Amino acid sequence: MKTKIILAGLIVLAAVSTRAGDSVSSGGIPSKHANLMGPTHFTETDGEKLYATVCASCHMPNAMGGTGAGFYPALAKNDKLAVSSYPVMMVMNGRGPMPSFREAMSDAQIAAVVGYVRTHFGNSYTDPVSLDEVKQVREAK
Amino acid sequence: MTSSEESSVTLKRRDLFRMIGSVAGGAAMYQAMTSLGFAADSQYAGPIKLEGNPKGAKVVVLGAGWAGLVSALELRNAGYKVELIEYNNRVGGRAWTIRGGDTITDMSGETQKCGFDSGLYLNPGPWRIPYHHRGYLDYAKRFGVQLEPFQMINFNSYVHSKDYFGGKPQRFREVQADFQGHVSELLAKTIRQDKLDQSVGKEDQEMLLEALKGWGALDKNYAYVAGPTSAERRGYEVNKGGGLMPDPVGGQPIALSDLLKSDVWRAMIFGQTHQWQASIFQPVGGMDATPKAVGKVLEDITTFNAKVTAIQQDEHGVTVTFVDSRTGKEQRQVKGDWCVCTLPLTVLSQIDVQVSPAMKEGMSAISYAAAVKTGLQFKRRFWEDDDHIYGGISFTDQPISQIAYPNFGYNRPGKGVLLGTFAWGEAAFGLASMSAADRVKAAVEQGAKIHPQYKAEYENGVSWSWHRSPFTMGCAAEWTDEQRTKHYRNLAEINGRIVLAGDHLSHLSGWQEGAILSALDAISRLHRRVVTA
Ligand SMILES: Cc1cc2nc3c(=O)[nH]c(=O)nc-3n(C[C@H](O)[C@H](O)[C@H](O)COP(=O)(O)OP(=O)(O)OC[C@H]3O[C@@H](n4cnc5c(N)ncnc54)[C@H](O)[C@@H]3O)c2cc1C
Ligand code: HEC
Repeated sequence: MKTKIILAGLIVLAAVSTRAGDSVSSGGIPSKHANLMGPTHFTETDGEKLYATVCASCHMPNAMGGTGAGFYPALAKNDKLAVSSYPVMMVMNGRGPMPSFREAMSDAQIAAVVGYVRTHFGNSYTDPVSLDEVKQVREAK
Repeated sequence: MTSSEESSVTLKRRDLFRMIGSVAGGAAMYQAMTSLGFAADSQYAGPIKLEGNPKGAKVVVLGAGWAGLVSALELRNAGYKVELIEYNNRVGGRAWTIRGGDTITDMSGETQKCGFDSGLYLNPGPWRIPYHHRGYLDYAKRFGVQLEPFQMINFNSYVHSKDYFGGKPQRFREVQADFQGHVSELLAKTIRQDKLDQSVGKEDQEMLLEALKGWGALDKNYAYVAGPTSAERRGYEVNKGGGLMPDPVGGQPIALSDLLKSDVWRAMIFGQTHQWQASIFQPVGGMDATPKAVGKVLEDITTFNAKVTAIQQDEHGVTVTFVDSRTGKEQRQVKGDWCVCTLPLTVLSQIDVQVSPAMKEGMSAISYAAAVKTGLQFKRRFWEDDDHIYGGISFTDQPISQIAYPNFGYNRPGKGVLLGTFAWGEAAFGLASMSAADRVKAAVEQGAKIHPQYKAEYENGVSWSWHRSPFTMGCAAEWTDEQRTKHYRNLAEINGRIVLAGDHLSHLSGWQEGAILSALDAISRLHRRVVTA
């Protein structure tokens, strides 16, 4: 199981947060119930809700992205979504400022959110994202 | 060791350290010191001394957060020509304070105008300095910045779970005393029933029993129950009075099962962890005070509103390309012999940087955590007047996660600003995905579950989501052990004429001390290369 060492001055507590949530490793304090430290993985299962509560923090609610010292690419009208394995790979492994959601999302959640993005915001790639495909990407690393 | 050997070691220790330090650098020095019993917690070794002549070498420093400020300051003091290039129109980077009248815009394009009264503020990023962050404390001292105590633990603050105790917030001291009391009672019972592991000898068991009684506030029967003993820890239902006032009455402890199910025991650990143990400080008037004081002496060499878009190098020097950060236009270049680059890895991974493939791979491997802070102004300091909470933090399992009370201006009439949200990590994503206006609304709604006074007393608020922060795109680098093994050295080594620094290149990611130590280490290595070349 992978653990993220949490640094942060910022936070409250936990020197180590357990991402997979079901076993303890060096100092991690996982929880199966209400957690004062917040969840370590996302609970939404629906693609639209996952987009609105996770991806929208960077790609924005309208999927238009944004610019500052760096940038968040628009996912709206994005032809790089044509082949589903690319967005699946991005969500699974991340790249640069885009975090990996490997630990925080299940295969079904990743399939749901990628499916949602590929069929909304001016994208109409209607071929479904299969769980098998997501699983393969998970195992490829 | 004989006593004569010991004294000869004592005599030579200083020289030994000096020798190790000059030959092998800070890391080896630190190792030597710790193995001989010094330097227990901070690796800060006092003001840096860059000895030797830089022979007119010029360094371009990118980013005027803590790492950039320290690099520019110390390199200039050592005789370098320095230029400092910064995206914002201010120094400090993440070490920042928002006050009334400030206008802030994030990457969604949403603009907020802060409506706080004068003297009130929000530290949207860093807000506390532990006593062992000696590098930070030293700069604060050198630049005359006044510090005041930051309260990490307030025994009278609240611990709240929306699904337990009927949603009624519990006092921190009740939760702490009751958890400690119940655990002590259980262990005492085990000892008295002779069921404790044989590895604890009879004599130790007796002492342990005595300790548990004191530590857990148990009564004469080793039970944790309502009464005068437990009340001295968890507080009274009817407080102590004078004259013919009613007699004091101790409160009823919360059942162990409720403490466990509700998870509120987690709140107790905060102030016990090394980075959060008292004493903790904050600069008087806002976190930006210290970087501002350092930035002031660097004004003549700082270029603001400059967005770096490319960093190139060859055997002769470094060329940095930047544009006006407000317009994206007016491309300019600055050249130097060396470059200290303190841009966050988020930004760095997206710009054109001429370094080794291994270093580039490292830049792209690390993402930054989500974090949201929201400041709320109220007509009166009801948390003090009604709830008797002076500074410190309340904890909740709602998305806002924490409410932190101002650690200054206690017991004064008039308005106050409190931190109405400090959400971090996965818990923060939901809030981080909302507009600032909605984040403020959510902070007021959720906070009202703990302080019903919110509804009547709320005036205005301001919120910052770090993923949408144009100059950072995140809160702080989140390293896994695996990533650290693979990429840390590749990122930290000098790459041709470029060296990176920042809290991301420390073991204190998410702490200003990490940025300071990283910068001191990077410029020491750079300087050694320059003077020995
Ligand atoms: C929510 C939160 C809470 C925190 N709590 C604490 C705490 O309690 N105590 C503590 O000590 N630390 C805390 N920290 C961490 C602290 O803020 C950092 O460790 C520290 O400020 C990092 O300094 P730095 O110089 O490495 O980076 P930064 O401060 O990020 O500096 C980088 C600089 O580079 C500039 N820049 C970026 N891109 C470009 C570009 N393209 N061109 C030119 N310039 C650019 C930025 O504007 C910025 O000024 C907290 C951080 C956050 C976000
Ligand atoms: C912390 C910010 C952040 C979050 C949260 C985030 N992304 Fe990203 N995403 C980025 C960045 C930055 C990039 C560009 C990566 C790069 O620079 O190489 C990106 C790139 C992508 C790409 C590739 C786009 C392209 O044009 O190449 C896809 C697809 C994507 N993200 C989907 C998602 C989805 C789906 C979610 C939610 C599950 C999500 N992202 C959440 C920051 C984020």
